[in-house]
Amino acid sequence: MSQEDLDPSFAGEGIYRENILDHSKHPHNHGSIENAEIKFTENNPLCGDVISVNLKLNKHRVEDIKFNGSGCAISQSAASILTDEVKGKTLEEVKKINREDVVDLLGIEIGIVRTKCAVLALVAIKEGINKFESNKQKPNN
Amino acid sequence: MPKTKQLRDVEKIRKDFPILDVKVHNKPLVYLDNAATSQKPKIVIDAVTDYYEKHNANIHRSIHKLGEEATAAYEEAHKKVANFINSDFQETVFTKSTTESINLLAYSLTNDLKAGDEIVISQMEHHSNLVPWQQLALKKRLKLKFIEIDKNGMLKEDSINENITKKTRIVSLTHVSNVLGTVNDVMEIGKIVHENDALFVVDGAQSVPHMPVDVKKINCDFLAFSGHKMLGPTGVGCLYGKKELLGEMEPFLYGGEMIKEVTFEQTKFNDLPWKFEAGTMNIAQGIGLGAAVDYLNNIGMKNIENYEKELVTYAYERLSKIKEIEIYGPDADKRSGLVSFNVKNAHAHDTATILDGEGIAVRAGHHCAMPLASVLDIAASVRASFYLYNTKEEIDKLAEGIDKVIKVFK
Repeated sequence: MSQEDLDPSFAGEGIYRENILDHSKHPHNHGSIENAEIKFTENNPLCGDVISVNLKLNKHRVEDIKFNGSGCAISQSAASILTDEVKGKTLEEVKKINREDVVDLLGIEIGIVRTKCAVLALVAIKEGINKFESNKQKPNN
Repeated sequence: MPKTKQLRDVEKIRKDFPILDVKVHNKPLVYLDNAATSQKPKIVIDAVTDYYEKHNANIHRSIHKLGEEATAAYEEAHKKVANFINSDFQETVFTKSTTESINLLAYSLTNDLKAGDEIVISQMEHHSNLVPWQQLALKKRLKLKFIEIDKNGMLKEDSINENITKKTRIVSLTHVSNVLGTVNDVMEIGKIVHENDALFVVDGAQSVPHMPVDVKKINCDFLAFSGHKMLGPTGVGCLYGKKELLGEMEPFLYGGEMIKEVTFEQTKFNDLPWKFEAGTMNIAQGIGLGAAVDYLNNIGMKNIENYEKELVTYAYERLSKIKEIEIYGPDADKRSGLVSFNVKNAHAHDTATILDGEGIAVRAGHHCAMPLASVLDIAASVRASFYLYNTKEEIDKLAEGIDKVIKVFK
């Protein structure tokens, strides 16, 4: 989608809908899980946003998930909303979530640059799962 | 008529920049991201178009009318840029950008450097004046040292003297910080560098567009800067180097254009500055940069510097009154035309998004100086940077935009 196709009501302060501000000020699933099987940190070099995710698994299902980090209202609210969404899903289901899904969950329209903020938590979760699965495939030595 | 008159008439200047008529989210564009790139006056856009429509040919090799014209125009642009910084034609190499200019030095200037030799830069460098030296140092096991900054964003004097010693081979320092706006006293620091028999490289990316810069007065050995930040097109930058130094240096890129004579066994390199301009250069952009220099000269760099000082003083005072924001860097009288800040409880990106909704373009992030952001202990900041076409009314709009940010994130 080009910048021109965006709904103008989402320009400027327009994207800071109540749910976005609520989630960024009072994020769900904030914190860490000590005995998490998956721990991964991702940063956005553009703005210095950082998100660390911890996933506690029960077989192939995400039993619990928490995140820590700092950044803009978009990256933090997306992490809050996405961690709610991921909880209880299987790893296969989580791997299918894409950037459009995240934007849908946020319920706003954003341009290409801010999309990078929105998907930071998703990238952290997916990279974490990738690393977890590729480590599992390696033979113990 | 005194020259300052011209800049007082900023409305006239604004008419030279077609993009300033653009509406952003239905509001007039307020372009305050000039430290990232400047806008282009019509004469620069026309110079590029005119070259493609009437003179396009490859330079220095085509024996036909258009080839002659293109070569003459491209060489003329070198002369204009050389005069602009008070250098000689042979000392003025066109590159792609400041980054390429510094990379050229990091490769070509360091052949005789050996493990343990020291290169000194500062904590306020842009990545373009940090990463090339850092990677070179890792490869050749050189020591890279950093002049520290104080809490106001000024270089610490004792740190300058501690770091620049007889072991130092190269000092590469920004003239003006792209994050803090700090103007470094390159003339004085240059003396210390030369007392220690080291070479002095100045990163002029944020100074050459905004103030008179005279390489003979500074007595730097090299000066790197970009065309696109000084009203010119993207894709053209410059490296000034003292003739004897450039003459001794190995070329950075090898290939066509930079040669005089090639046999299967060896090559005699071309004269300066062409020795460092391998391959077909960005000819149209080079010519466009020449037009930008004409435009700047016509207004006068001292006038531009004075006008920006007026703008930044106004901005600094206006923004200092807003108690919900924190401003970084030195006081207005020690900085060039930019202000970096954060609004309380609002991330820099969110501030920039809300300002964008008001048609105001600012930069938000670490401004390509991540180590500096860590020294300042801020992940990101908002930067408003000014140029000759900005107005006090636009700074008022910025302040009103910030009020909106405060309301959303209170």
